Amino acid sequence: MNDRIEKRIELKAPVSRVWRALTDYREFGEWFRVKLDGPFVAGQVSRGRITYPGYEHLKWEARVQKMEPERLFSFTWPHPKSIDKADYPADCSKEPTTLVEFKLEKTATGTLLILTESGFDKLPADRRLEAFRRNDGGWTEQMKNIENYVAKNPVAATP
Amino acid sequence: MSQRTRSQQRRSRTAASRQPRAPIFAALGDEVRLSLVAKLCSGRPHSISKLTEGSKLTRQAITKHLRVLETAGIVRSVHKGRETRFEFNPEPIAGMKQYLDFVSEQWDQALARLKSFVEAE
Repeated sequence: MNDRIEKRIELKAPVSRVWRALTDYREFGEWFRVKLDGPFVAGQVSRGRITYPGYEHLKWEARVQKMEPERLFSFTWPHPKSIDKADYPADCSKEPTTLVEFKLEKTATGTLLILTESGFDKLPADRRLEAFRRNDGGWTEQMKNIENYVAKNPVAATP
Repeated sequence: MSQRTRSQQRRSRTAASRQPRAPIFAALGDEVRLSLVAKLCSGRPHSISKLTEGSKLTRQAITKHLRVLETAGIVRSVHKGRETRFEFNPEPIAGMKQYLDFVSEQWDQALARLKSFVEAE
């Protein structure tokens, strides 16, 4: 069984543009829906707050790993036991983490972005189960809400 | 799904979540163990002898692999008289797959937003 997530997406924008959208903390915040306290610095912890409606109680806390200009941006982030408001841990720094990597490749039409998230094998089993116990059957509906929201609120362009 | 099976499922899932950190991926990262899981997936408990049948491995080796799967919560042992039988427990794998699907879906949404963001200029 696979312990990682991999996504490949073609973007009709130059590598330099995509790099900026990924690594400028304000631009990252725009599409990821997070308000970050400051710029990303390799080796340092990036902090902020999720601005996604309904998830504003979630903190953003990630340790930036690599910033190889226009090639690779990576960070590790925690997977807390629960993202429910009631059970959300006050301190996420001790939670187990996964590694998120964005790799960029130039193509004829723009940029190929390869996203991987790995290390799910290191998460305790309760992490994988608990997140769903309280939401049994509720996620499908939640996903629909998100889809509707995105459809109704196209992301504002230009930095 | 009936109300009854739903609540039963919830109960067993809660029980599974109390298990110690189960190295599910590690347990499944082995050809022999994967083939044992495949045999047990059919639903009925099998004895160690039955599971050793057709294998080049010894009964002891098979038992060792079954214990690894048991520690990870993927199989359960059931005692019937003096015989130990093993049965498949789908909860850990189902829960793990569900979590990966959830995270994966979140990325699809985020990358779609990134795409409109960088292509809108």
